[in-house]
Amino acid sequence: MTDVARRYPVWTLIVLLLAAGLLWLILTPWTPGIEQVLGRKRVFVNALFGGLTLGALYFLVASGFTLIFGLMRNVNLAHGSLYLLGGYLGYGVSNAAGEWLVAVPVVFLLVGLLGLLLQHQVFRRMEGEELRQTMVTIGLSVVLADMMLWIWGGQSYTLQTPDWLSGPATLPIVVGVDRNGAPVYMRFPQVRIAILVTAVVIGLGMWLVLNRTRLGMLVRAGVDDREMLTASGIRIQYVFLAVFGFGAGLAGVAGVVGGTFQSLAPGEDTRFLLASLVVVIVGGMGSITGAALGALIIGLVEQIGLVYAPTYSVVFTFLIMALVLAFRPQGLIGNRR
Amino acid sequence: MNWDKRTLFGLAGAVALSLGLAMPAAAQTQPPIRIGVLVALEGAFAAGGADAVRNVELALRQVNHTAGGRRIETVVAPSDTRPDTAVRQARKLIEQDRVDFIIGPLSGSEGIAIRDYAKTIPDRTIINGISGALEMTWVDPAPNVFRFNLDGAQWGTGLGRYVVQNRGWRRIATVAADYSFGYTNFLGFAVDFCRAGGTIVQRFWVPLGATDFGGVIAQLPDNVDAVYLGMGGTDAINFLNQWQQAGAGTRIIGGTIMADQTVLTARGRAKEALVGTLISGPLAEDNPDPAWQTYVRQYREAFPANQRFPSPSLFGTGYYIATQAAIAGLNAVNGDLSDGQRRFNAALSSLRLATPLGEVSLNENRQATGTVFVNEIAEGPGGTLVSRNVAKVDGVNQTLGLTAAQFRAMGLPSRTNPDCRALGGG
Repeated sequence: MTDVARRYPVWTLIVLLLAAGLLWLILTPWTPGIEQVLGRKRVFVNALFGGLTLGALYFLVASGFTLIFGLMRNVNLAHGSLYLLGGYLGYGVSNAAGEWLVAVPVVFLLVGLLGLLLQHQVFRRMEGEELRQTMVTIGLSVVLADMMLWIWGGQSYTLQTPDWLSGPATLPIVVGVDRNGAPVYMRFPQVRIAILVTAVVIGLGMWLVLNRTRLGMLVRAGVDDREMLTASGIRIQYVFLAVFGFGAGLAGVAGVVGGTFQSLAPGEDTRFLLASLVVVIVGGMGSITGAALGALIIGLVEQIGLVYAPTYSVVFTFLIMALVLAFRPQGLIGNRR
Repeated sequence: MNWDKRTLFGLAGAVALSLGLAMPAAAQTQPPIRIGVLVALEGAFAAGGADAVRNVELALRQVNHTAGGRRIETVVAPSDTRPDTAVRQARKLIEQDRVDFIIGPLSGSEGIAIRDYAKTIPDRTIINGISGALEMTWVDPAPNVFRFNLDGAQWGTGLGRYVVQNRGWRRIATVAADYSFGYTNFLGFAVDFCRAGGTIVQRFWVPLGATDFGGVIAQLPDNVDAVYLGMGGTDAINFLNQWQQAGAGTRIIGGTIMADQTVLTARGRAKEALVGTLISGPLAEDNPDPAWQTYVRQYREAFPANQRFPSPSLFGTGYYIATQAAIAGLNAVNGDLSDGQRRFNAALSSLRLATPLGEVSLNENRQATGTVFVNEIAEGPGGTLVSRNVAKVDGVNQTLGLTAAQFRAMGLPSRTNPDCRALGGG
């Protein structure tokens, strides 16, 4: 952290000032002047939190995608199908078990296993042939999409929120004053808070594993220089398997989460594949921190855009991607290779 | 030339055969009539489109594929709800398949494109399938385009007056999809609602295909009696799901496609938010009218249960009525399609058609006047949702009860139209 601050003092200052300004906006009651520019505080804070949650979901999908790419140079275009499959399986499991929480580990295992199978049976056979791998993943995504349409049909599914998470929670943030002068506190769906917390916990866990464990060391070394790592006697195939399985499992869990606060239907697979591509391009291919930053930016832009400029909200995401590609093609946090 | 015996026999046989076949055709004196069925069989409305094809077949079977003394043949041309595909397929029907007239299209923006195409083929007739775009028969209509179904604005009528007068819901906020059908369907509701004295506090327009509505839900004002939701398909499901998670709050008034089969058959709890919702549209599943009941029974008998919906869909009913109109028109002119189909067109214009949805007649724009049903969504057996009819409005015309001048002055459906205050609301 201090390293970064020393290297880019101006940028650090700008980011800190922005964060402080945002915090001030969230915590203080708004004056009529601010309301004139940004509308009611409740709306702004809600859009902000909504964006954070959406970013959390995008992060869950994109982090596996970026890990797999970073380590194996494999653009897994079937990642969206793993997301959708996870959602459908989660629907089945949570209905059978009657408990939403059960779905998360079960889906992680099932989709993770499928990931292991794909890596072991398919991608290992075409290592280093990037074009072939990409074509095969496209093919797999088409096959998986049709099989899911066959099994689950064209209607849309929504996972049932657990009872203890349904309905809104009241947050200790004052968003306005009612007619009697009493403060009005912000209400926000509990599910979304849970999703946000889950994503932060998973993100921190990944960071710890990558930076504090032997496996993480191997993965980082593999991302930096695969050949050197192999040459030093590491069985890189096992590392590949672990990463692919973990990334796939994470996509499955994201499907469960996405199916809970949005819905699952044919077509969601490509939507989330596109979202994770955009996130990873903005954040920087192969970097977990980059995926987190990219997901945060895209989520916030989508939500705030929907509130303040609904007509153009679709464009903003791609505008940001285009800007990043134009001025920082390696992504915001990416290494130039 | 080297004629051997076998060839000669073959030739003789062929001549005899063709003579034999020609005899009954000569007795009928006229060649069959070819009808092109332009219908969306790909894309979002594919299931509804398939139901439309079934219903054309049903209507023709009921008259033994004969009308005006001539046999009827059909050619199906699939589109994908995109206007350019619809026009390409219509052109194929006219130029390659040489059909006499077209029944179709299915979706809103297709209808507008087909209206413009119709002007290039003045000697052929087009009977709309179930396209609901107001513009198709309102803005510079084509003289050879006929619509026997109500348009999107008409489908919204009746609901507004009902919620004000019967439920006392006077202050509402609205959230609707930001495209042509969203505006049109909303306009029909709003004209009625405002004229009955209702107030629209705030209007939100959300892009088609948006998935996260948290920001919009947070903006909905607290002090309203109900919220109007004009969305369909997965957009509707996502909205309802997030609406529940945010603590729901108020009552819902729905646009016509808010409670279509996509939403009602969805798995999960989202649709439960719809219980008690009031919607309006051209049909009511529990309509006691014998004409409707007979039609539903015939539909169920004609196709096995796994090859149809439990009851005819909105799309299917539209195509059924369009085919009925074509048959009635052909009968009225004895199958005479000569003189650029002028007599056929005149017959269609003056039809008073008895349909499963009641009697339908056309106005000077060749647009139907008919009945709109107000339905309430209720819980049915086994956790399903059903819609129950609570009111109906007969004789809803194209200008929604306003004079043509008033309606024209209001402007075309858009984000800001209609102006509630100008109509007597707030």
